[in-house]
Amino acid sequence: MAPRKDTAATATYGDHEVITPENKLRTAVSMRPLFPGEEDPVVRAEKALSELSPEFSSWMDSECERLDLARRGVGKTGFTKANKEALFHAAHDIKGEAATFGYPAVASAANSLCRLIEHTPDVTRIPFELVDQHVDAVRAIYREYARSDAKELAAQLTKRLREVTDEFLIHENRDRPDVLELITGPSIAPE
Amino acid sequence: MVRIDFNRLRFLVIDDNAHMRRILRTLLHGFGARDVYEAEDGAAGLEAFTHYVPDVVITDWAMPIFDGLELTQMIRQPGANSNPYVAVIMLTGHSEKNRVTAARDAGVTEFLAKPLSAKGLYQRIVNVVANPRPFIKTKTYFGPDRRRNVNPNYVGPERRKGGKADVIRQSSLLEKVRSPD
Repeated sequence: MAPRKDTAATATYGDHEVITPENKLRTAVSMRPLFPGEEDPVVRAEKALSELSPEFSSWMDSECERLDLARRGVGKTGFTKANKEALFHAAHDIKGEAATFGYPAVASAANSLCRLIEHTPDVTRIPFELVDQHVDAVRAIYREYARSDAKELAAQLTKRLREVTDEFLIHENRDRPDVLELITGPSIAPE
Repeated sequence: MVRIDFNRLRFLVIDDNAHMRRILRTLLHGFGARDVYEAEDGAAGLEAFTHYVPDVVITDWAMPIFDGLELTQMIRQPGANSNPYVAVIMLTGHSEKNRVTAARDAGVTEFLAKPLSAKGLYQRIVNVVANPRPFIKTKTYFGPDRRRNVNPNYVGPERRKGGKADVIRQSSLLEKVRSPD
């Protein structure tokens, strides 16, 4: 497609420029109310997503399988750059997708595994049992999701995993105050 | 209430996870978008960006070849591509303070932490389309103004130097609908 012409307005100051690009998207904005019978676009999108939802459990199956495969890779050779990344990405994807797929209680255990990998300066010091426990927890929480007490069990399991992980991370990062602050600090991402 | 005519916008979704791409495509079509392109890694994303000239880029952070942060830095090169001002929404499972700051400093327009919701995505798109921020260019940064508002209670040195504008170049506003490219 043809490149766009740069038609930005530029104001030059002492050590910086303030550039106001032409807002070519402005015509896509309107303040009109919904027409009678017109559906709110967010509601429409949520409906479209719910039509997709019958596929979510098989997607979650494949994500859990991917995590298990990555775990087995680490178990076989110990941590390498490639299998560390594979394990982290598998856990990270589950952390991000679980709630969207309808399994929000799975996300915390996956998140704990991400923190463990990301904040350990030397991953070869991570006890493999701790990796195992995380992966088993993710898979078990997902597998038992239909149970009436699944969320409570998931919360207890994740709480314990998080405590053990934090203890390990605080010890491994005892000489890195910036990382310690990061580990113990809250998330600031907007909703 | 601000509404967006989604069928006038072209989207590029870049994510290595096929499930997440499908979810994003479904939501965007649900909003009313027609032109939704996909790429599965940073390199393919940059190629698609050049080829399709999207209005809004939605990118994941962690991807093979180069990640969403590096992709944003490549897009934010004035003169190096057709639209360095494009809106970039970073959709990611990372939500720690240092990650958000790094995304901001790479030139990301909006940050959207997973889990993804229709409402959250819609709001970010409305924001980048209806309320675009000016761009700031310094020796070390090119991207949307990182100051989203002026704090009247701020006490401290003004880090941006210089007085009134030396040069102002103003051009007419072309309506996108009249200039299909």
